[in-house]
Amino acid sequence: MQLTIEFGGGLELLCDSKKIHHVNVEFEQQNEEDKLTMRELLSWVQTNLIKERPEMFIKGDTVRPGVLVLVNDCDWELSGQLNTSLEEKDVVVFISTLHGG
Amino acid sequence: MEGKRNVRICCLCNERRASLKRPKTLQQICTECFYLAFENEIHQIILSNRLFSRGDRVAIGASGGKDSTVLAYVLSKLNRVHDYGLHLFLLSVDEGITGYRDDSLETVHRNQIQYGLPLKIVSYKDLYGWTMDEIVKLIGLKNNCTFCGVFRRQALDRGAAFLKVDKLVTGHNADDIAETILLNILRGDIARLSRCSSIVTGEDGPIPRCKPFKYTYEKEIVMYAYFKKLDYFSTECIYSPNAYRGFAREFIKDLERIRPRAILDIIKSGENFRISTTTKMHEQGTCERCGYISSQWVLIDDQSSSGDGGGSTRCCSSAWWMFTVTVPEALRSISHVCSGGGQNQEKNKEKGGSLHGCIHGKEDEEMKVVFIDKGKRFSAVQSH
Repeated sequence: MQLTIEFGGGLELLCDSKKIHHVNVEFEQQNEEDKLTMRELLSWVQTNLIKERPEMFIKGDTVRPGVLVLVNDCDWELSGQLNTSLEEKDVVVFISTLHGG
Repeated sequence: MEGKRNVRICCLCNERRASLKRPKTLQQICTECFYLAFENEIHQIILSNRLFSRGDRVAIGASGGKDSTVLAYVLSKLNRVHDYGLHLFLLSVDEGITGYRDDSLETVHRNQIQYGLPLKIVSYKDLYGWTMDEIVKLIGLKNNCTFCGVFRRQALDRGAAFLKVDKLVTGHNADDIAETILLNILRGDIARLSRCSSIVTGEDGPIPRCKPFKYTYEKEIVMYAYFKKLDYFSTECIYSPNAYRGFAREFIKDLERIRPRAILDIIKSGENFRISTTTKMHEQGTCERCGYISSQWVLIDDQSSSGDGGGSTRCCSSAWWMFTVTVPEALRSISHVCSGGGQNQEKNKEKGGSLHGCIHGKEDEEMKVVFIDKGKRFSAVQSH
């Protein structure tokens, strides 16, 4: 699945200071209704994009409190957070609010 | 299980697609309604607290980070739309931190052009003769944030005086204030606890400061900046290992996830504390040496190496650091600055004379300054 993943608010520093990543995420579809959700994407991102200090990004099984997530410019709190399902060409944005103002 | 394809409609306009959930109200709203609600709330806070008067000259403390960038944008917009009649300025402090402040100041330079606001930069180097890079080299990473914070406070005052402004506004948001209230409780710092939740401080001082974002969630500031594509800088200071504050911050963020109102409720608690009149408070005094406000340092001992008891000098944190500038004679003569109980003596700052400055790093956020003035040894500790 082709996705665009963006990091902002300092999170880009965890992945070689690169803000925008065009990626192809493959996942195993158990049956036809199976969709890639943010839950799987988070662990994919952690494995494949985050190069250092993963604790700045993940806490427990979700993003660290203070990291905002938007899927196609929509707050993931409106779409079920970890259960948000993803589709081809979606844009997922992670922004840290934890850096100084 | 909800999937994102169930598009939600804004609960305010009932037309457009909702883009975010407001932490304050849990409303699901679209970007247009969000901009309006966000700006209007700040407008109401400004009016109900009478933060400004027509014709005021107002400096916006601008770091290039998200909060001050959004503050500069929103304040210039409100000033235009509601005709406050304010003269706005950007005021930045250059601490002299390579790879951090130099980059963020570039953002401020861009903001100056984008928002058409005059910019003044005051630097530690110009004011005090030291950059933070040089200070850290000397004292190490311990306590440097405390120093830097006190220096910045004073630098902002100087910059504000230079611009002849009536008020200084800063981008402190609701999360920051909740965190500070909690931190002051954790430290038993009663004097600061009663001050830190006020929207306006320093009214009796030279330049009052206010925080128009006192009730504004960090999440909304970042969302606003994101949707408006505002240009801000976001790198953590390279010298900020402030673990204690970090824990408080993380705790607040954890609470917010479970119950977003927690942030406003902590502020409400902070505002309504009544401090027992028998509580001993360290008043904000004026440093006898440099004349600046000294809330942080109290003299604890003044053993005399020359046999005489020494005075009751109350000294501010600038004791060791201002020696080369502003300060009148006594401090101008400092010849040594040392850390860790006398090691790392710095001789190249030598100006001649008999005053020696010493700094001892202790635990996190606590330090002791020892200096010797004309043969007398003084120690001062932070008052909390």
